[in-house]
Amino acid sequence: MCLAIPGKIKSIEMQYDGKVRMAKVLFGGITKEASLEMLPDADIDDYVLVHVGVAISKVDEEEAQKTFKYLEEIGELGDLTDVDEYLPKTN
Amino acid sequence: MKYMSEYRDPELAKKYLEEIKNTVSRPWSIMEVCGGQTHSLVKNGIIEMLPDSVTMIHGPGCPVCVTPLNLIDKAVYLASDKGVILCSFGDMLRVPGSQKSLLEAKAEGADVRILYSPLEAVKIAEDNPDKEVVFFAVGFETTAPANALSVVHAHRRGVKNYSILASHVLVPPAIKAVIDDEESKIDGFLAAGHVCTIMGNTEYHPISAKYKVPIVVTGFEPLDVLQGILMVIRQLEQSKSEVENQYARIVREEGNRDAQKVIDEVFEVRHQMWRGIGEIPDSGYAVREKYAAFDATKKFSVTIEEAPENPDCISGQVMKGIKKPFECSQFGKACKPTNPLGAPMVSSEGACAAYYHFSGLVEA
Ligand code: SF4
Repeated sequence: MCLAIPGKIKSIEMQYDGKVRMAKVLFGGITKEASLEMLPDADIDDYVLVHVGVAISKVDEEEAQKTFKYLEEIGELGDLTDVDEYLPKTN
Repeated sequence: MKYMSEYRDPELAKKYLEEIKNTVSRPWSIMEVCGGQTHSLVKNGIIEMLPDSVTMIHGPGCPVCVTPLNLIDKAVYLASDKGVILCSFGDMLRVPGSQKSLLEAKAEGADVRILYSPLEAVKIAEDNPDKEVVFFAVGFETTAPANALSVVHAHRRGVKNYSILASHVLVPPAIKAVIDDEESKIDGFLAAGHVCTIMGNTEYHPISAKYKVPIVVTGFEPLDVLQGILMVIRQLEQSKSEVENQYARIVREEGNRDAQKVIDEVFEVRHQMWRGIGEIPDSGYAVREKYAAFDATKKFSVTIEEAPENPDCISGQVMKGIKKPFECSQFGKACKPTNPLGAPMVSSEGACAAYYHFSGLVEA
């Protein structure tokens, strides 16, 4: 039940008499609604983490690379020189 | 999916495992607090691939599993009222109460609904003005903002027939309780990334300093968990005890302030019963007096007698990391996901269910 997954904001509209900012968020092939009340700065094309219908965090692109670079950073990647092959593809 | 599948790369996972092997010089026990991480560890076979000197201990991190029996009985009782629509997350419905689960109550005709979000429950209340809609609001800090937000929405829109049956559990006090338990022996922790998304990491610094344990805020994909384990082990090998953030793509040091504000608006901290573990001081949320009209425990003053737990279920010891699920005499025998004797066999984040699903015990 604690599942929270990242998706991309496709569109944003105001609902409930213009009081609540709601987004349509794309997860792979599935679109779901999420409230943006906890992320007032989130905008179209941002990746956000959604949990039970509420967007709770924006994904930080730069930090997202660190898991792929960590071994290199601690100097233990051995023969692996081309980190690029592990980096997330931008789409 | 972006920001998910890349973190499952088997080649890089192997590199991480190698590096873990190269770093470890003596035995360490590491607790992953969150059931989502337990699920990931077991599902991806990481436990077997780790060196023997690294023992993963599965923590109490499944809100469904620790929701008190008495509260489930209360939810079942409310659901049996013809005037009530009882809503919750899917997992919650199958957790055994002392008499029956919510799902069994549903089979007997109660109006019990599985929802994706508590915000939907407010809509259901608006659409059914002649009914009382109760949302069984369980969860960690991660889920608290959504549950609180449903109350704020109902209040703002003047929805009078909506209330929540709140059972919130907080992670930092549970980590302290686990460390204080004399039977447990844990050298380092993977903290639950999604909890910290909301609350940030600041609560962990005093714990790490006081108990001299490394705490690494960690995500849920295989590479996240492996990196988190490596970070804990590197600290242990260097006799360090710091708070580190493996999951910085999602978790900010200060957490999400807007979410914290909504939690604080609706909830206040209280002592909380954890099923199988007992009461932990300051480890839960109660609905504030200001929103008493939306508090199901106040709206419907039901007193349900405390029922005894199934004596064969050792879920408390499993959740404190003292025993593994397969050390339970009922595991895979009388107790299966189709017939759970205890809550950890229900939720996919429960340690017993995770072991069961990936142990080869499942019939095709
Ligand atoms: S296997 Fe079943 S009975 Fe045993 S501890 Fe787990 S939930 Fe309880």
